[in-house]
Amino acid sequence: MNAQSVLDVVLIFSILVLSFAMLGMMYRIVVGPTLHDRVLSLDALGVLLMGFIALISMMIHSQYLTVVILLIGILAFIATIGFAKYLEKGLVIENDRDSDD
Amino acid sequence: MISLISFLILGGTFFTVVAAVGVVRLPDVYSRLHAASKSSTLGVMMMMLGTFFYFWYMDNLIDAKLFLAILFIFVTAPVAAHVVSRSAFHSDVEPYRLTILNELKRDESGIEEVEYTAPSYQALKKSNDE
Repeated sequence: MNAQSVLDVVLIFSILVLSFAMLGMMYRIVVGPTLHDRVLSLDALGVLLMGFIALISMMIHSQYLTVVILLIGILAFIATIGFAKYLEKGLVIENDRDSDD
Repeated sequence: MISLISFLILGGTFFTVVAAVGVVRLPDVYSRLHAASKSSTLGVMMMMLGTFFYFWYMDNLIDAKLFLAILFIFVTAPVAAHVVSRSAFHSDVEPYRLTILNELKRDESGIEEVEYTAPSYQALKKSNDE
């Protein structure tokens, strides 16, 4: 059993286990009692998706997928900030920053 | 080198699974946030480091984008968790019913003594009085 096949077994095992972790996040997105539960598990799902794509880029041995990792991270972060601000204040971009409501 | 890569990948998988178990099992938004933001960040950072070593070992390629991803997730995950928990507090999401002290609510409402109804707090107060 050479080194490459050991790494392949590790990669396939990790992808399977990570899929179950993402399924847990999906459960919290569907069931979550409040909207904030859904937002936070959506954020965590984005973080897990970054790891998932890192594993897939090793599996198919392609270095070009690392750009996708950065892109998904940025999109998940901006989506979380937007959702959180919308749930707190009812608007995302505030023009009057001095108002309290 | 292969054993180091395997260790990093398997460790990252372990920490992300811990994060998923925490998100599914813990009782309220704030504790779920605690599980989701810390543990999954560490797990994904380990996976990125494993990917970096993999491409270094296999293709003799230094991929700086992976370090950029590590830095990015290290900066943004606490910020996102803080914003979500702040938004949850200001939208009056209640903590778990056994929470014994809500300091931010006490300080913002200006009430000195808040009546806590949780049984664990009553037991704690009773043992402190004695």
